[in-house]
Amino acid sequence: MRVSLFVTCLGDRFFADAAADAVRLLRSLDVDVDFPKNQTCCGQPAWNAGHIPQAREMAAHTAAVFADSDYVVLPSGSCAAMLRCTYPRLLEAPVVAERSYELAEFLVDVLEITELGSGLEGRRLAYHHGCHALRELEVEEQPVRLLESAGAKIVPWEMDQECCGFGGLFAVKAPEVSIAMADRKLDTLPDVETVVSADGGCLLQLEGRARRRGVPIPFRPLASLLWEARSGRA
Amino acid sequence: MDVHSRDYRARARQIIEETPEVREAVNAATQTFVDNRQKAFADLDGTALSRWAERVKSHALSHLADYLEEAEARLVERGAHVHWAETASDVHQIFECIVREQGVKKAVKAKSMLSEEIGLNPFLESCGVEVFETDLGEYIIQLLGEPPSHIVGPSIHKSLDDTRVIFHERLGTPRDASPERLAEAARDLLRDAFLTADLGISGGNFLVAETGSIALIENEGNIRLSTSVPRIHIALVGIEKVLPKWADLPTFLQVTAKSATGQPVGCFVSMIQGPGGSPGDEPDGPEELHVVLVDNGRSRLLADPEAWEALRCVRCGACLNICPVYRQTGGHAYGYVYSGPIGGILGPGLVGLEETLPLPFASSACGACADVCPVRIPIPDLLHVWRQRAVERGLTSDVERSVLGLLTSTATRPRLFGWAEKAAGLLPAPVLRHLPMLREWSAGREPPRLEGPTFRELWDEGIE
Repeated sequence: MRVSLFVTCLGDRFFADAAADAVRLLRSLDVDVDFPKNQTCCGQPAWNAGHIPQAREMAAHTAAVFADSDYVVLPSGSCAAMLRCTYPRLLEAPVVAERSYELAEFLVDVLEITELGSGLEGRRLAYHHGCHALRELEVEEQPVRLLESAGAKIVPWEMDQECCGFGGLFAVKAPEVSIAMADRKLDTLPDVETVVSADGGCLLQLEGRARRRGVPIPFRPLASLLWEARSGRA
Repeated sequence: MDVHSRDYRARARQIIEETPEVREAVNAATQTFVDNRQKAFADLDGTALSRWAERVKSHALSHLADYLEEAEARLVERGAHVHWAETASDVHQIFECIVREQGVKKAVKAKSMLSEEIGLNPFLESCGVEVFETDLGEYIIQLLGEPPSHIVGPSIHKSLDDTRVIFHERLGTPRDASPERLAEAARDLLRDAFLTADLGISGGNFLVAETGSIALIENEGNIRLSTSVPRIHIALVGIEKVLPKWADLPTFLQVTAKSATGQPVGCFVSMIQGPGGSPGDEPDGPEELHVVLVDNGRSRLLADPEAWEALRCVRCGACLNICPVYRQTGGHAYGYVYSGPIGGILGPGLVGLEETLPLPFASSACGACADVCPVRIPIPDLLHVWRQRAVERGLTSDVERSVLGLLTSTATRPRLFGWAEKAAGLLPAPVLRHLPMLREWSAGREPPRLEGPTFRELWDEGIE
């Protein structure tokens, strides 16, 4: 099986190690991973803010880059949702839409993997569900099941499905509200060693706020934890 | 009501920073509503109900003129006066005529968002009419001189102690009065108002075309009294409230109550079809019933093929309760009678986009509202429609346009993009903090860590 990795603009810049972990993980599962070098940004920031021609330009570019890919796998729920759910509104025949998957979704729904290893034995984690993964892709159980199958305890968190306040440009257009939303998440966090999420934007938001407040909990991308689950290496 | 949406960010900041108790009160109240709603739908097929409700409402809206005329005919047969008002000032004129002709001095009023929309209370006061809000929450904020902050719970932003203070000052109750004592004080005062008022004013949750029935949902009994004790009753009904059949009503009553507060149905439901003693009806009731059918922007929104679905709204407030943006501030930040997600799509539709900016942007687009809407309004999609229009009409900021333009031109030139991702890591933190947008980011959050190679670089080096 061959997949194309769409690292996404945030993943390329801020979560390079996690994206490399995604490559390691997929290769360890006998998946051939390629990285089309012309990939850039999926266009979500423009779409979200209502700038349609710009969003369409970036969508067309991305669709062309992945035109020949059997599967496009993204270590990002909201960018995967952009490709699958929004591209059909922007492009005439976006074949890329139905071939795009968030990483955990791809592992569970396409590769039909139920366990990766036992590399997370004894770990206490909280899982933050990104809104677009949850509501657009309807990815809810897949990441949690993979983490749990590797021995992690996903500690119940009453706000695990509530928005972190990132929301693309919302974070800088209504920063006070955005921060108050992050605070609500942080204030309700259970006693865990790490918070995990499939979404880079959410991680930047929660981690940025936690660091400013001096909350000493790491916020880590799902791809890295899944590789740890598989390899046992932190 | 005047619209002050333009100050959304400043008001939101002020509420969050200066009155943290508002945020706590709103959060607690909305969480209770959310939990109760969830319980109320636990054993029901909520999706099937909302699909049905969506269909009925959409059908009614697409045959609006016919159903409204049918409702009017039934009401007139029973001796009611039906008035058609296109604008807020038309409503004002209708009230002025009735108030002048009948020598009205005192009015008791049931909770009505439409009356807030058209600024009814200040107008009536300018006509020399003393108005008593009779819903307890509305009464509290009337004493405080504030507008409602939530469609269903107008005073949810207030704590019990806020009410103690204002009742102590205005009604002379003890400073530490129990909630029961406070309610008793309001009841004593309002009882007298019900018995001495010339006019009762209500809204209308639904207007059934087939029977000409106005249905009103409530918990306190104040609507029943307002609409039956005074000699005149005026019901303000938005034209979008029409339901085709009597048989449609029971399910809508339930779905609305469950979505709003999680109750199986409101404690009281009043059905009003004519004045007292009207043919074939009960002998009790007011001598005169006036029904004012209000447009106030609704026809224009109905004619908007991309945005009309907002008119299905039954004003249950479920989208406010679930909205993490609303929950940080409550409704006052929005500066418009309808706040939260629904305000972001009703405001531009009813009042105008320019007047209600930035409300369609006051959302993180999380989509939670769409999950709970009992009439399946695609709220996130409609917010997005208004965002697009704001951009098309040049109403958004130049900085945003430049930044997104830059992103687009870089993102369609892969080599440049790869270089820019790499170069971003070389910028010193103090410079980053002063770039547009990153400044707003950095005010309350640490900027993202930029050190280390990009993924492109890792890939080129080879991933082991």
